[in-house]
Amino acid sequence: MRLTCPVCGERDRREFYYMGDAVALRRPDPEAGDAVWDDYLHNRDNPAGVTRDLWQHEGGCGAWIVVTRNTMTHEVLETALASDVKGSVG
Amino acid sequence: MAELLAKSPCEGLLPKEVDGLTLSEAKRATMTSLSPYRGQEAVLSDVLKTEHGMALPRPNRSAGKEGARAVWFGQRQVMLIGPDPAVSLADHAALTDQSDAWAVVLLEGEGAEDVLARLVPLDLRREHFKKGHTARSQLQHMMVSITRVGDARFQIMAFRSMAKTLVHELEIAMKGVAARRAS
Repeated sequence: MRLTCPVCGERDRREFYYMGDAVALRRPDPEAGDAVWDDYLHNRDNPAGVTRDLWQHEGGCGAWIVVTRNTMTHEVLETALASDVKGSVG
Repeated sequence: MAELLAKSPCEGLLPKEVDGLTLSEAKRATMTSLSPYRGQEAVLSDVLKTEHGMALPRPNRSAGKEGARAVWFGQRQVMLIGPDPAVSLADHAALTDQSDAWAVVLLEGEGAEDVLARLVPLDLRREHFKKGHTARSQLQHMMVSITRVGDARFQIMAFRSMAKTLVHELEIAMKGVAARRAS
């Protein structure tokens, strides 16, 4: 498996650390209530198809990357810097 | 008071020579990481050019030459190797002295790419990785910075604490390449 780091280019999977579902980019409001926070903390979809994960280019430039991929076909559809997706951090 | 000895990261480990391939420790140099403040990249580049004669390198590239080099070192980070950093750089970037943090070795000789091919998941052949190109990647499981500084000459940087492992891994790979040539 190869992932394209938006900074470094296409790299081997072993340079990346897998964080899991890109849910961290949708952190609820602190006052959103127990049900919303419970869902955010504990509940994950397990899609057969397109999914969005967070990966870190740990062995490379250090960037956090949102990877859109298909769990059925193993296609990597899109990669983007998490900072661009979430809003600029500099 | 204790008598302290100044030791280079690869003291007593290098140089090594295997079948025309050499591994040596780079001359000790001042190393300073430059992390540009938000939106300051262009100005920082101008100051770096005025003060040290090179523009801020883009990702995967290095600038300058032996003695005064700027190596792209990760997201929004560049390592200045050689000169003491000009004070004016600090107006546009966070500067951190990293001189003692890194083991810097030089791998030289025909077939240096073959040695690295055994350790690094990147295509470092000359057609793809030219002089001045750099990459942050892994050497076995170690995070490294690799820069082609000559036609058959690579600069490899790893955490100082990993110096012995770095030398060990490279020496094993050098011997492997030599053995393959001999057979």
